[in-house]
Amino acid sequence: MNIPLNIDWQQILLHLFNFGILAAGLYYLLYKPVKDFMAKREAYYQQMESEANNKIEEANELHSKYENQLAALDQEMEQKRSQVSREIDVLQEKEIAEAHAMAEQILTDARTMAQQEKTRIVKEAQKEIAEMVSQETEKLVLKSVSDAYDQFLDIAEGSVTDAS
Amino acid sequence: MKKRKIPAGIVVLCLVLAGLLAGIIRTNHPGEKHETIKQAMRDAVLHEDGKIHLLGIKNVNPAVISAITITVILLLIALCIRVFVIPKFQLVPGKFQLLLEELVGLFDGLAKSNSPHRNGFLGAYIFAAGVYIFTSTIFELFGLQAITVAGHSIALPAPLSDINAAIAMGCLSYLIIMSGGIAGNGLKGIGLTLKDFSLPISMSFRLFGALLSGLLVTELVYYYIHLSFVLPVAVGVLFTLLHALIQTYVLTMLTALFYGEVSEPHAKKPKKDKKNKKKTNQIEVA
Repeated sequence: MNIPLNIDWQQILLHLFNFGILAAGLYYLLYKPVKDFMAKREAYYQQMESEANNKIEEANELHSKYENQLAALDQEMEQKRSQVSREIDVLQEKEIAEAHAMAEQILTDARTMAQQEKTRIVKEAQKEIAEMVSQETEKLVLKSVSDAYDQFLDIAEGSVTDAS
Repeated sequence: MKKRKIPAGIVVLCLVLAGLLAGIIRTNHPGEKHETIKQAMRDAVLHEDGKIHLLGIKNVNPAVISAITITVILLLIALCIRVFVIPKFQLVPGKFQLLLEELVGLFDGLAKSNSPHRNGFLGAYIFAAGVYIFTSTIFELFGLQAITVAGHSIALPAPLSDINAAIAMGCLSYLIIMSGGIAGNGLKGIGLTLKDFSLPISMSFRLFGALLSGLLVTELVYYYIHLSFVLPVAVGVLFTLLHALIQTYVLTMLTALFYGEVSEPHAKKPKKDKKNKKKTNQIEVA
């Protein structure tokens, strides 16, 4: 059969055979190894990515765990602080009460001592006054006696003189 | 006024080019051409005269020799790459590794994007087809010589500028598409592929036409000595490179596209219950 354009079935088959060999060769020598390498590298990077993601997840978990712990610690510290504050308040009140009591005691003691001192001073004053009074009385008495005696003497002297 | 000095290199280059030009013109004897332009063009299309002996078995078109030469060269290069380059591949690729990975990734990506359901075999096929079409198209630039049966020397053409090679490529692509249809949808896949029965013809003749036009223009340009300067830079190199890129892209893209279309799994339509249909019709009539 005379096919137009000089088409030759045998040569078409020859081209197919040639291309078949080329395709098979290129597949096994080039396409498959390069694709395998690319797939291997992709798997490697995916593994790295998944590992990194796992680590990030772990880090996030740890972060949240530590944050929770920190929050708990903060809460505990707050509780302790308030407890300490309460205790300090109680102690302060107690101290103040004690101070008040002590001040009261001191005042009472002072008053007592002042009273005693006053009593003592009054007694001493009375004593001194009494002594002074007695001294003055004594002086007065002595003075009046001497005056009378002088008066007597004067009178006596006058009478003597008159008599003379 | 200062005189501009002409670089000595340019002068020497001009002298060499002038010498070459003179040599070409003086050695060009029109009587030595063994065929007219009409015969040359006709032979480029039909390959009636310029046959080559294939290892003493059969007289074949020069395109067969070109195809075999390309296959041998490509397989040798692939073997060298497999033995010397691929074992030294690094996680962070070098320039050549990047080129290889880009090449494989390009066709693999094309297969995956156009045929998401079934693309393992398709990727390998369009990789081989792409490499073959590209290499075989730029092969004509090297102008490897062969001796015809008649004893004339001819430059080996691009294999796909021969209708037989183009038919082989187009029909094989069609068969690959059909295999994808069968793998994806069974017998229905054959039907889906046969629906586009013009595909092998269009694929074959698109390749053949595109590459033949390039060949004819090149033949025409090189036939006349006056057109053999400067013009071949555009016609021979740029057009061939463009052809190579465009034809590689077109055939691989079309194959991947049709493969994806026929291998896409089709959901079965639910069978309508005839009895229920009858009943509803009766109710409607009533």
